[in-house]
Amino acid sequence: MSDITAASEAAEGSKKVSKVSEAVIRIAGNSQDGIQSIGGFLARLAGRSEQEVMTFMTIPSTISGGPSIFQVRIGSGEVLSSGDEADVLLAFYQHSYENHVDFLKEGGIVLYDSSHVEPDPEFEKKYRHVGCAVTELTVEAIGGTARDKGKNIFSLGLIARMFDLDAPKLETLIIERFKGKAASISTTALTAFHAGYAYPIATIAELYEFTEPQARDKEQVVTNGNEALGYGILAAGVRFGAGYPITPWSDLMELLRRELPKYGGVFVQAEDEIAAVSMAIGSSYSGRVAVTGSSGPGLSLKGEAIGWAVMAEIPLVMIDVQRAGPSTGMPTSVEQSDLNIACFGAHGDSPRVVIAPANVEDCFYTGIEAVNIAKKYSVPVIILTDQAISTRIEAFPMPDLEKVVQDISPTFEPHTEFEPYDLDAADGITNHQPPGTRIESGKYPVITGLEHDEMGHPTSSPVLHTKMQAKRRRKLQKLASELPLPEVYGPDEGNVLLVGWGSTQGSMREAVERARKAGDSISCITMRHIMPMPDGLESIFDGFHHVYAVETNDEGLNGYGQLCGLMRAKFCDPKIEGINKTDGLTWRVHEILKRVKEKLEPTGD
Amino acid sequence: MSTAIAEPEERKPLSKKELVADHPTWCPGCGDFSVLALYFKLIQNRGLHHEKVTTVAGIGCSSRFPYFVQAHGVHYIHGRALPFATGVSMSRPDLHVFVFGGDGDAFSIGGNHFTHTARKNVHMTYVVMDNSVYGLTKKQTSPTSPIGFKSKTDMWGAMDQPINPLKQAIGAGATFVARTTHTNPKHLLAMMEAAMDHNGFGFIECLSECVEFYDGAFDASNPRKGGEFKEVPADHDVTNEQAAYELAGEPFPGYFGIFRQVDQPSKNDKEYELNARMQAKVEGLKDWEILQQNFDKMK
Repeated sequence: MSDITAASEAAEGSKKVSKVSEAVIRIAGNSQDGIQSIGGFLARLAGRSEQEVMTFMTIPSTISGGPSIFQVRIGSGEVLSSGDEADVLLAFYQHSYENHVDFLKEGGIVLYDSSHVEPDPEFEKKYRHVGCAVTELTVEAIGGTARDKGKNIFSLGLIARMFDLDAPKLETLIIERFKGKAASISTTALTAFHAGYAYPIATIAELYEFTEPQARDKEQVVTNGNEALGYGILAAGVRFGAGYPITPWSDLMELLRRELPKYGGVFVQAEDEIAAVSMAIGSSYSGRVAVTGSSGPGLSLKGEAIGWAVMAEIPLVMIDVQRAGPSTGMPTSVEQSDLNIACFGAHGDSPRVVIAPANVEDCFYTGIEAVNIAKKYSVPVIILTDQAISTRIEAFPMPDLEKVVQDISPTFEPHTEFEPYDLDAADGITNHQPPGTRIESGKYPVITGLEHDEMGHPTSSPVLHTKMQAKRRRKLQKLASELPLPEVYGPDEGNVLLVGWGSTQGSMREAVERARKAGDSISCITMRHIMPMPDGLESIFDGFHHVYAVETNDEGLNGYGQLCGLMRAKFCDPKIEGINKTDGLTWRVHEILKRVKEKLEPTGD
Repeated sequence: MSTAIAEPEERKPLSKKELVADHPTWCPGCGDFSVLALYFKLIQNRGLHHEKVTTVAGIGCSSRFPYFVQAHGVHYIHGRALPFATGVSMSRPDLHVFVFGGDGDAFSIGGNHFTHTARKNVHMTYVVMDNSVYGLTKKQTSPTSPIGFKSKTDMWGAMDQPINPLKQAIGAGATFVARTTHTNPKHLLAMMEAAMDHNGFGFIECLSECVEFYDGAFDASNPRKGGEFKEVPADHDVTNEQAAYELAGEPFPGYFGIFRQVDQPSKNDKEYELNARMQAKVEGLKDWEILQQNFDKMK
């Protein structure tokens, strides 16, 4: 809780109420305790209160149960990451307490369920401990025998009281959440909330109040990356999708299945990953860009089909919600290790487009951008998000939907003649004409994965293979010339430039803020467009002595992470180096700063 | 999803010349020629126009099919023609979707898709030109090669139990299952017409001899070679799954005709019905207004 600006003797007896500009609350329990919903309520309340918010969660990959955390950082000003250290830890069990108490900042508060947790005297010296018999009091308040039900909402009441949160707004959120369910569920939830809120926490703990948030001219929405991306795909005009269940892509696919029929669209749950990508390509072929998605293992399986779409020049949007690999890896942990397979995964030379959204809001707009690039350049576009972005909740301004929602229906304009692979087309860009298009010359195209002539008929001609290969490359070189350069966060000249992509953006920016306050010369950029990279990146690199690619992947056999390797190959510049980790967690700010320091001042061992 | 196209002015049915594209790469005497010729006939008989026909194939000798047809065509990857065609069929109710391929494409690498496209009853016509050998790669054992068949991968004779395509289809819940042969053009055309008229997944196994690598494989079904062409008995009930299964289990040369035909809603029908229900809830709203409802819930 940085920037405590005022403390006053409030009406709460001897307890003071401190003003804070932000707070990091970590809730630790088991996955069935509903801790995600406490975090969800807090995040949505923040969004409605014009605050910024970012969350972070871990989920066990077991079917039911297992330790789980949800961390929420709420701020009246800019919130860049979910926070390195927590101000408050809410611990439901002994293991939650023991495993997470270290994440508290010095002097932080442990709010523990005294029905389950025995505090450790060593930790009691370091952190303020506040015990509350959450489990017992919840049962007392709502009755019944389900011991673990409702204690999340009780705890929400406790936190609401502690941070003087807007109780009526939270009540509204609770009622909305249980709308459509039996009235008793909503009543029980409210009872639990009120019991928590009424608990005399003020007599044992400090109370806080958030400073007035900066006023915003637009309403905020609060959601996670998977939802934002799913809605972006719908806004883009996509009306067909196919997929196969895999964590953490499944809930995005469920969203598309639920929503597409409202627009007259279809989502097919396919028999396997290869069928899913093939159905999407078939639908794209028939006239409108379609979507498929998966996580790493699915992308591996879809490689041959993606290569076909490159060769046949059929648009496609493929979403990869990355998780830790290789193989089955750690399905519920974050990693950015699918970059290479996204950029190169298929046999032969198969240039395609890879875009990585940098935050939840960006997921929405990237969905639209990807569809438009796929359509314009007749090429597969892979959107790389990751487990962290897909599950984390952020608040962002309400998009202007009337403006951004687009119609990409095919027109079926008759053509006098048509060559699907016209070699004279400017920059190698040709556009697919779907079946239903009448071609008056009577010469119809075959769309194919064999090397072909301009009409799509098979060829083994050395000249044609060379020309067609160049065509498929040139159109993406044209795209590279049109892509915007990433914006430099911080001054555009200095000692160190951090280069990140995807979910590292927030921690990286906060690291820049913190380093600059400490007098260090660090800036950063986020690479959204990874394949192709926008032309002119070297002009940014020129402003810095060191360029460090910060990635959640391994340094690899050659000593560079996956983006770093691409940049080394492209720029041949020894000042480009990598900062990598593979612990399955998002970057914490101090980790980045420590690693930068180590790079700049090698210890020599 | 669907963007129906207005039928242009009265047009004459296509001539065969207008339907012929590249000269087939098949060996002289290949059974596939017969299927191609009758496909042209089918398009002509039904008065279909170029742009309304989509011919999809995977990989194999027979899967070269789309290059030889003057219409929108797709030559996709090995074994995956059915899911590709599913994408087309589910997106474009105005098109006639035909899939052609061989036994390797259908029952080996594409086996999973065959089962699921059948059970989902996706509207399309699927003709498998079964020659019981891998021809394009020059004589390896196929999933329908009989035990004892000598190939380059089974030089001592095939040892694995072959797949019975009809039983496979019936077991998967296919709603139209027929068998024919390239040596009986009249029958072949009749089966294609019936499959095309079927609402849902219309599957035909067409014996199509590979003269190069499995000469004489189907002689026992060809009266001109001293064999017997036995039609499905007239009293066979095509809605009786058990009877169809038993008939399909008859040893080679077996029966020819329609084994199973049941009237069940296609996946296409069911999805349109679902869409109608869901769209009724948002009637009169523009696309962005439907999406706005979701965003309002995230406030």
